[in-house]
Amino acid sequence: MREGAASKYSTRFVMYAFLIIVSFISVFPLYWAIISAFNNTQQILGGRMIPSTHLIENIKNLFAQQNVGLAMKNSFATSLLQVFLSLVVSSIAGYGFEIYHDKYKDGVMAVIMLAMMVPFVAILVPLFQMMSKAKLLNTWVGFFMPSLATPFLIMYFRNSARTFPRDTIEAARIDGLNEFQIFVKMFVPMMQPTYASAATITFMNAWNSYLWPKVIMQTADATTMPMLVSNLMAGYVIDYGVVMAGVTICSLPTIIIFFILQKSFTNAVAGAVK
Amino acid sequence: MTNATPAPNKKHRFWTMERKQSAAGWCFLAPAAIMICVFSFYPMFRALLTSFKRGLPTALQYSDPLWRNYQRLLSDKVFIQSVQNTFTYLIVQVPIMLILAIIFASLLNNKDLKFRGLFRTCIFLPCATGLVAYSMIFRTLFTYDGMINALLMNIGILSEPINWLNDPFYAKVVIILGLVWRWTGYNMVFYLSGMQSIEYSIYEAARIDGANQYQQLMKITIPLLKPIILVTGIMSINGTLQLFDESVNLTRGGPANMTITMSHYIYNVMFTKNPNFGYAAAMSFVILIMVAVLSAIQMKVGDKR
Repeated sequence: MREGAASKYSTRFVMYAFLIIVSFISVFPLYWAIISAFNNTQQILGGRMIPSTHLIENIKNLFAQQNVGLAMKNSFATSLLQVFLSLVVSSIAGYGFEIYHDKYKDGVMAVIMLAMMVPFVAILVPLFQMMSKAKLLNTWVGFFMPSLATPFLIMYFRNSARTFPRDTIEAARIDGLNEFQIFVKMFVPMMQPTYASAATITFMNAWNSYLWPKVIMQTADATTMPMLVSNLMAGYVIDYGVVMAGVTICSLPTIIIFFILQKSFTNAVAGAVK
Repeated sequence: MTNATPAPNKKHRFWTMERKQSAAGWCFLAPAAIMICVFSFYPMFRALLTSFKRGLPTALQYSDPLWRNYQRLLSDKVFIQSVQNTFTYLIVQVPIMLILAIIFASLLNNKDLKFRGLFRTCIFLPCATGLVAYSMIFRTLFTYDGMINALLMNIGILSEPINWLNDPFYAKVVIILGLVWRWTGYNMVFYLSGMQSIEYSIYEAARIDGANQYQQLMKITIPLLKPIILVTGIMSINGTLQLFDESVNLTRGGPANMTITMSHYIYNVMFTKNPNFGYAAAMSFVILIMVAVLSAIQMKVGDKR
């Protein structure tokens, strides 16, 4: 018996030690990037683990090298517009597919789900040509247009519409609300957690997207934050303090959202399989 | 209330209640459905047509023979290298990541574990980092005179620094480490959410029967999570085949294209030196077919009991 108890304690110890090491490895790169924004190149390469006093200097140099304000504006504008518009388009579609479903609409849904399997890079060339023809290169609209209706969000809202009580719809109809009013006045307020989840994951994706902006936002005026950060290592002499300041500024919005809305974000990530 | 009951003579009218509601449904889903057709399916069709064309982006002409771009792929050393690289990442990284994610999830699913929430937040945190941002962090950590080399030499694992980013083998290792770091927590969230729907009593019964943790994982958790494992597998394959940000920012595809991914090469063909949209489209169509085939295989294999 005593042997059993001892081995139970040692497995527990191993388990906690393992989880602590894994957690440390997970957190370390981000922690290190943030404290490195306070350090100069020498300290960063030397592996200094605590902040020093170079933050202001790094940020000054960053703003001198790059138009951070403009990139921030572009990133926030495109991301927020994409969040708002894709939530509108996708939620109303998900609601339509679920509440009024019949075999034809289910068929359309199945076809839409196939779009999930289309790799973005496979449609890159034609999308670029289309945007170029429509004179949407270097515009916010060109940035978010192709990703407004996503199969994932439609499915996510369709699944949550499944929990929307039918009695509510019937009662609202009897009260004289039309179908669109039922959606706006009953469904939207009731599904606030779903909207929060969808908004967090859409914002994260839009904020961090890189390939499409790199293709379509070609002028300096249209640069977004990830592109700006990517440019920081383009020169021969790299100021790592400036790079880490850029990385930190670019990551702050998503980190803040992660900590404030972690539950919403987690639900959205796991939502793909529910 | 009486207003709501349709009069009997309305039965023969075209716009019955059901038809009206069905039409409303079509209106609701139309904008999204149209957008997906315009921005996914139509471009896919266009990509196929473009892949048969040659010439400058402004003057694309059908090539003769039509499959010329595809023929060129077979003798393009960089393309073949990019396929090899991408499949190396796929074969090494995806299994490591998914197995780690299952292990973490099953450890965190233990109700008696202290600091569960804290561990989960820590392991999930990399997902709050953008792909470009973490590529920059890893590039800085693994640079020749950087922190990782200094650390490994200080504790005596290395006697001289490794040129991580300029060595064909180690550069791939860094990309794989980066991918595992960034995505393991993401996949763990799927498994945790799946495990929460498994009845706790099943595990209790197994424990009474003398099953240890490993047996519980293999005999209960993994079989019950199979559909979710399938989904994460397909998503990971899909994502890895489209790898771009890391190749561009972490290793720049180098040294000498030894770490370049297919998407990165497509981008180069599209926008650097002599843009060749037809050839880029042909390559991207190959990725489309790879994704489709690999997903189909996964679904077939996953369906078998």
